[in-house]
Amino acid sequence: MKKKNTGLTIYAAVVFAFLMIPLLIITVTAFGGGSAIVFPIDSFSLKWFAEVFSLKSFRRSFLTSLEVAFLATMIALLVGIPAAYVLARSSLKGKQLLKSVFLSPTIVPGIVIGFILYQFLVLSLRLPVLVSLLGGHFLVTLPYVIRVVGSAMEQFDFSIEEAAWSLGCPKQQAFFKVVLPNVTSGISSAFMLAFINSFNNIPVSMFLTGPGISTFPATLMNYIEYNYNPAVSAVSVLLMAATVIIMVIVDRTLGIASLAK
Amino acid sequence: MKKKSAWMMLAPGLLILLVCLAIPLCKVLIPTITAGSYPFSQYVEFLQDEYYQKIFLRTIRIAVITTVICMIGGIPTAYFISRCPKKWRGLLLAASIFPMMTNSVIRSFAWINILGSNGIINNFLKFAHIIERPMKLLYTDFSIIIGSVYLFLPLMIVTVTGVMENIDDDMMEAAQSLGADRLSAFMKVIFPMSLPGIIVGGTLVFTGTLTAYTTPQLLGGNSNMVLATLIYQRAMSVGDWNGASVVALVMIVVTLLVIKGLNAFAAKLDKRGA
Repeated sequence: MKKKNTGLTIYAAVVFAFLMIPLLIITVTAFGGGSAIVFPIDSFSLKWFAEVFSLKSFRRSFLTSLEVAFLATMIALLVGIPAAYVLARSSLKGKQLLKSVFLSPTIVPGIVIGFILYQFLVLSLRLPVLVSLLGGHFLVTLPYVIRVVGSAMEQFDFSIEEAAWSLGCPKQQAFFKVVLPNVTSGISSAFMLAFINSFNNIPVSMFLTGPGISTFPATLMNYIEYNYNPAVSAVSVLLMAATVIIMVIVDRTLGIASLAK
Repeated sequence: MKKKSAWMMLAPGLLILLVCLAIPLCKVLIPTITAGSYPFSQYVEFLQDEYYQKIFLRTIRIAVITTVICMIGGIPTAYFISRCPKKWRGLLLAASIFPMMTNSVIRSFAWINILGSNGIINNFLKFAHIIERPMKLLYTDFSIIIGSVYLFLPLMIVTVTGVMENIDDDMMEAAQSLGADRLSAFMKVIFPMSLPGIIVGGTLVFTGTLTAYTTPQLLGGNSNMVLATLIYQRAMSVGDWNGASVVALVMIVVTLLVIKGLNAFAAKLDKRGA
């Protein structure tokens, strides 16, 4: 900014303080020694972190969430990349309509997705809860793949692919050797966004729980409703630390703006 | 590309969408339209029921207020970020993205700590002898709104920053050299140019708040229900699956109407600008 605008600077500082202070408070309370959440803390302790690791439901649901988020993202990439390619490349009639079909999960609220999948996949088709959960999270992740990989494909100059064809490269090989390598950063951003949003998603998973199957945020939410103690703060600190690490890695490799899509 | 191979590449995605979205939606929602004494009778009853009306209007009201606050807080902040030197811009963008990547349970939990009857605000006011009994801040519409603003303000900032970054600095200088003061230059030049981005951000915040489940569940409690928590309560606590399905379709229709309406508004602006 060339001329300093003090009023605007103060305004932005207040907004960022509003965004940061609540998370800072959680961080402080995680290190409290008492049995209740107090701020400021009266004694320092790491016992709530130990408590987090000793909770079996946290450990189990954390692994479930990692598994579901990873598998859903991989399936979304597997079916989404070819779809994004066709949507960017081909001259099919009704391409715009097809694109909105692929993005349609975004207009159905997460809680509704969970609700209809529970009734159809679990109750009517008698599919296992885990499979239904995967289906729900696929719907969360697919739009990210279509949007982010799609915009990478649209920026790709397809005459390069045509050059490969005219030099005798079979079409399938040209896709893997020419097109894909040029959109890898789009695929990586899509993976990160889809994975993080699937891992964090709650409403889709609310209905899709079963014996021993619950996602991590859903478990955390249930825990908060019955136990209000610094263990929740400690979990939050651990998750925020993981988020910071992921953001630093993304910033070094893809640039932080790739998470702003 | 051959038509056949194009469809082959689209088929797997379309198939999963059919099984996981289209068929379940039809199977659950169509019976709610045909059931009752006449088509849509359940929806007429829903809209006439005072209890549901209250929840419906509360949901809309919370979404409107949240969107307005996010615009007031987010637009100037986005402008600030977009005019910062590059190094600062990355840092501030990261500071806005960080809350977005943090789980919404954690972000709601933060406000339980602050607004609860034994929370930071009440404890401080008691300590300062301003109040004797804790104020009821949590489990109110107010706490849902503040939690929703906290949830969606980063999204507003990031979306609008993306548009404002592309507006040339010279625009502002030109306006100022022609005699506009900074505020009116912003309102007459920068604001109209970034309006498409503001509308996109507003749509995301509005539909996000309208359909959010976690924040109203944790900060609103059972007496301040919104449509999303109503679906869960109808289905799981009361066992009224049909009622839950009615609410589900109402939510989808409102979301669609809002998206269509704001898109049409943006398209109209686009035409005027071109």
